[in-house]
Amino acid sequence: MKKSLIKFLGVLLSVFLVLSVAACGGSQEATNGGENSSNSNAGEEQSGGESGGGGEQVARIGVISYLSGNGAAYGEAITSGFKMAQEEINEKYKGQLKIELLIEDSAGQRDQALNAAQKLINSENVLAILGPTLSSEMFVVGPEADQAGVPIMGTSTTANGIPEIGPYVFRNSIPESLAIPASTKKAVEHFGIKKVALIYGHDDDFTLSGYEIMKDTAEKLGLEIVKTEKYATGDTDFSAQLTNIQAAQPDAILASSLYKEGGLILDQARKMGIDVPVVGGNGFNSPQVIVQAGEAAEGVVVASPWFPERDVEEVQTFVKKFQDKYGKIPDQFAAQAYDALYIMTQAILDAGTTEDRDALRDSLAEIKDFKGVTGNFSFDEVGSPIMDPIVLIIKDGKFVEFTD
Amino acid sequence: MFEQQLINGLTLGSIYAIVALGYTLVFGVLEILNMAHGEIFMFGAFIGLLMVVQFGAPIPIAILAAVLVTAVMGFLLERFALRPLRGKKGVSHLAPLISTIGVSIFLENLAHHLFGAETQPFPVSFARISFEIGGVKIYLVQLTIFLIAVALMIGLSLWLQKTKAGKGLRATAESIETANLLGVNTQRIITLTVIIASAMGGIAGVLVGMAFNAVSPQMGLAIGLKGLAIIILGGMGNIKGAMVGGLILGLTEVMSVAYGDSGYRDAIAFLMIIVILLVRPQGLFGSPATQVKR
Repeated sequence: MKKSLIKFLGVLLSVFLVLSVAACGGSQEATNGGENSSNSNAGEEQSGGESGGGGEQVARIGVISYLSGNGAAYGEAITSGFKMAQEEINEKYKGQLKIELLIEDSAGQRDQALNAAQKLINSENVLAILGPTLSSEMFVVGPEADQAGVPIMGTSTTANGIPEIGPYVFRNSIPESLAIPASTKKAVEHFGIKKVALIYGHDDDFTLSGYEIMKDTAEKLGLEIVKTEKYATGDTDFSAQLTNIQAAQPDAILASSLYKEGGLILDQARKMGIDVPVVGGNGFNSPQVIVQAGEAAEGVVVASPWFPERDVEEVQTFVKKFQDKYGKIPDQFAAQAYDALYIMTQAILDAGTTEDRDALRDSLAEIKDFKGVTGNFSFDEVGSPIMDPIVLIIKDGKFVEFTD
Repeated sequence: MFEQQLINGLTLGSIYAIVALGYTLVFGVLEILNMAHGEIFMFGAFIGLLMVVQFGAPIPIAILAAVLVTAVMGFLLERFALRPLRGKKGVSHLAPLISTIGVSIFLENLAHHLFGAETQPFPVSFARISFEIGGVKIYLVQLTIFLIAVALMIGLSLWLQKTKAGKGLRATAESIETANLLGVNTQRIITLTVIIASAMGGIAGVLVGMAFNAVSPQMGLAIGLKGLAIIILGGMGNIKGAMVGGLILGLTEVMSVAYGDSGYRDAIAFLMIIVILLVRPQGLFGSPATQVKR
């Protein structure tokens, strides 16, 4: 009797919450918090009661990932991270919480990502969404989820302006605006760089925003930009751009590209005899760069939230487990996805509900000092991560910490 | 620097040309755009890569293996995707196009499963060997690619002009019915055409892998589209047109990056194709007469 009454109150409260949020905007924040806490109490008691009877709550989480086409490798890494976290979480919280992942392929296309999001939100009625993979997709999917009041968290979307889309949009990937200045500054100090050449993919939000940050950073550090070159996603021949860069004789190259093109740029540049250091954006931060470019990857500087060799127990356990399962060292994308599902789970447990999207949003926003494999993690007021990037350099075929 | 960019352009152009040769051969005989050509080309690259990485084979052996596998794929393509649609009543002339698109999607997905989604490097022992002529650096890889492209074109032209099979092929291209009446085994000729075109795709795959040090399941699509543009530019079904068209496209792309804006690479290249087609609608080497068959 009592149980069902509490349940009824919980539902009533969440309905009220939805209505109040729908009715007006930001001024509601404070009261939301209050209502939320009482709501979560109800949820806790509810789940406690149910687990006694052998039932567990099921959280349906939608995943939109880039699983076919040019960038399928990212989607593969990301979903591997999710699946591994899912297994561990379902094991750990057996009887209390079960995470169900509904994985949709976006093929890296904005429209397909949007279709997937609409399907997840409207027909599948998911609690929250993880993904999509590309920043350009997030700019389309984010507003849709935000409007529908579905918390959405990007695990690989690093372009400027993503969490600013709306209160329901989060990300746990370190933005380029944090990573690039850190790596560039370190490289400039270490190598005494004065003239730089820039190369970037001009048709992708991620590489484009990386380029803008690089340009800003270079100007702030007083560097002379001697050449700026562009390419299109999927290009494999960079000889013309690199010939131009070589002629301009820079002290370093700042490259904003995903690792697929990045590896090729490195390989072709080194073969042409361009031996200057290369500072890469987040896209270079993958063991795949070394696999692809081989020796040519030597001397690449990146800033990263993820460093697989870090001497921390959780990191090493994760790396080993991932390697046993998928046969390769997890890259940043897998690690961030892995952390993202844990963050989401933490928020679900805090909110104490697998139904109420608004309660989940509020508890997500309050995540602080979460200890993940990518480090100490908190959200700032807009839903972007606060964490310290590590500057890495590729030396003898692997990433090592870049120290003076 | 201009000379250096010229070399870059010629290398890229000869790669495009070899891909286009395969398209133009099939189109010349069957009037079919073989959309699976790019994916067969991609398989050629992967077979070459497997030979080099797994078995430590030298490049010529890798090319040979790629040719064998892609030739078999060509045979299967013709047998199962094209032949069942040929000469049947009520089959739209677009049907073979669609069925080759189907094959191309199937092959791309198959490659995903067999080889993984990642781009893989293509190690070549002589990648860094180069020589300088008058301040211009030419790599052995670039030279190899260019020479193989020219050799393929000359070989193909000679084969078409001089051999019995080549003559049969040209007769079949003129008219399948007439060639049949004159005692040409057109069924065999058609199969042979698709096999040869696919094998050339295989060679191109290995060369591209070598040139850019990258092999991925998606490589077929991008270069396949360029191949299509080239045969339209050079004149549908024309061997020389494919070669010249390929070189023009490669050079334009490189020069637009070198002296224009690198962001407009494809835009400028395709704009130029449009301009050429406005002046010569049948393509550089196409003759208007042969376009109106049947």
